[in-house]
Amino acid sequence: MTFLQFVFYLFSAITVFAAAMVVTVRNPVKSALYLVLAFFSAACIWMILHAEFLAIVLVLVYVGAVMVLFLFVVMMLDIDLARLRAGFTRYLPVGGLVALLMAIEIALALHVGFNAAPSQAVSALGPDTSNTQAIASVLYTDYVYALEIASLILLTAIIAAIVLTMRKRTDHKYTDPGHQVTVKREDRLKIIKMDSEKPQAADSAK
Amino acid sequence: MIYDTFLFFTGWLPETVQAISWMVIKILAIIAPLMAFVAYFTFAERKVIGYFQTRVGPNRVGPKGWLQPIADAMKLMFKELVVPARSNRYLFLFAPVLSLAPALAAWAVMPFSETLVLANIDAGLLYILALTSMGVYGVILAGWASNSKYAFLGAMRSAAQIVAYEIAMGFALVGVLMVAGSLNLHQIVTRQSGGFWEWYWLPLLPLLLVYFISGVAETNRAPFDVAEGESEIVAGFHVEYSGMGFAVFFLAEYANIILIAALMVLMFFGGWLPPLEIAPFTWLPGLFWFGMKTFIVCFLFLWLRATFPRYRYDQIMRLGWKILIPVTLVWIVVIGLGKFYTPIGFIFS
Amino acid sequence: MASKLQQLYKTFSLQELRKGMGVTGRQFFNKKTTIMYPEEKTPKSPRFRGLHALRRYPNGEERCIACKLCEAVCPALAITIDSEEREDGTRRTTRYDIDLFKCIYCGFCEEACPVDSIVLTDIHEFHMEENGERLADKKRLLEIGDRHEADIAAARKQDAPYR
Repeated sequence: MTFLQFVFYLFSAITVFAAAMVVTVRNPVKSALYLVLAFFSAACIWMILHAEFLAIVLVLVYVGAVMVLFLFVVMMLDIDLARLRAGFTRYLPVGGLVALLMAIEIALALHVGFNAAPSQAVSALGPDTSNTQAIASVLYTDYVYALEIASLILLTAIIAAIVLTMRKRTDHKYTDPGHQVTVKREDRLKIIKMDSEKPQAADSAK
Repeated sequence: MIYDTFLFFTGWLPETVQAISWMVIKILAIIAPLMAFVAYFTFAERKVIGYFQTRVGPNRVGPKGWLQPIADAMKLMFKELVVPARSNRYLFLFAPVLSLAPALAAWAVMPFSETLVLANIDAGLLYILALTSMGVYGVILAGWASNSKYAFLGAMRSAAQIVAYEIAMGFALVGVLMVAGSLNLHQIVTRQSGGFWEWYWLPLLPLLLVYFISGVAETNRAPFDVAEGESEIVAGFHVEYSGMGFAVFFLAEYANIILIAALMVLMFFGGWLPPLEIAPFTWLPGLFWFGMKTFIVCFLFLWLRATFPRYRYDQIMRLGWKILIPVTLVWIVVIGLGKFYTPIGFIFS
Repeated sequence: MASKLQQLYKTFSLQELRKGMGVTGRQFFNKKTTIMYPEEKTPKSPRFRGLHALRRYPNGEERCIACKLCEAVCPALAITIDSEEREDGTRRTTRYDIDLFKCIYCGFCEEACPVDSIVLTDIHEFHMEENGERLADKKRLLEIGDRHEADIAAARKQDAPYR
């Protein structure tokens, strides 16, 4: 067994262990943390495959952003652990079936994917180009429409998420700091010119 | 030459062991001075902020106070490590490590000079972004595992803030890599050669400002230190930590500041390049210029802390989402136009 | 319109921030005002209220006549006095305790005292190492008075025109 193989099996073992812990561990926060570990070791395996761009993006997006938001939500939740524990065995057959299906799908995809010839654009770049460049050259040539459609869908989703959650509250006092800092003296202060009032001699004489 | 000496002494070891131990030595050669700098940066902070407030700062321990960080370290090491009741013990002790480790690991791809770099990888910028985004876990876990309200509030604040500013920071760096056309830190610096007007600070001035501001927010420093906010939530996420647990958080914060400063130097101020490529400047080694520039940016961090009051939480969010991110987006479009539309192309040539 | 543009310029050039940093930046080079405490000390007012002392008359007789005015006026209830008649027929204290932890150093006892016996000296650098020491008894207070009589008298004299 070479050193590389040793490292691969080490990371794989960690990934599988962490993935198993995600579904078996009781505490949702710990479960989310095991998911982070699973992502991280998966990224390490990708790194061994010289897919450094994908590996780092996995860490950047999933570990750095998505899981932080997950944790954020999970920590706020007050989850009834007893009820979760009761449902575990009931969902096991369904879950196992889904897992099996997914495994078959992945195996099929890998079988077809690895036998297909590499893309024209990638093979044109030569062996020395970096991973990032290779991905970019495929994404923006062969799959440019697919990419644009995907990004449009994502944009729609972002806007939809904002629209669905935004509400104007009327019972809510709100100050706009952008407006506050633009206030000038003239907006608040009025200087009036007027003569000083004198006691009227005629009035006192009466 | 050092490598030859190393080979001479370890020739009897198997090759794998030899390679790994050489790597460990190289890593130590980066980490050990870095930790020393971090320790003395805490001293520099107290001194510099003292000067900004017309005080003299610590000056009792050792000549002119120069042994102060060592005294602090000793004190913290001998203090009791208190683990709060009903806290999550393992995560509680793991959290400080998790906040320090990414801050140190990111230095692996940092080019200190033309030749001095541990790993010159192609996706260096992405690697650093990925690792700095990991730092937030230390804060979140510390807050959650402490089983304390204030710590939890601090962790929540910090998580929201870091996620928001990471986007602005990432976009600012996207601008840099668009202009440089590379993710490799070494190449980004070499593209900036030719004197200080060729550095990216000038064409990317808005991105520089955005990067700096979000860097301050990312490291939870004043004026964006709501995660600690000692006047509101005591000490935020690390309120329950004592002794070395606290010390490690402290080290992580300063290691992150130095990291952000070093990155800023690489991206916008030409890394190890001298400000003018003529005789007296080129005599000095690249490491000197890199250190010098990093020092100036670090000083700026302290200056900010000494000057500005803490932002209100909602205004931090507003600044991040509504101002910094749109500014970076606009400037990225401008860069895109400049790259491919010749009339304004001279700016980013 | 013009003011809008001006505002935009002001915002995006970070004018206000630069101004603020200019202020602190100037302070950076200013002369530092720190006093190196144990070596350097700021002058103290003769009215400074520090550690307590009981004074004596120049002939060595203690001033305190056990009138208990200080005990009555003390807002922190820090003073405890017991008294009895001495052989020569005068009323004297047998016990005069000040709990230094309770005392708030307000100086009311000194103002209440008809014979200028209890005074607050300008000693502020004192500490206790054992639990019992927080209770300053008559012997210790008289001792402090004897030791610093010159200083106490000088401070009282200096402040006399204003009393």
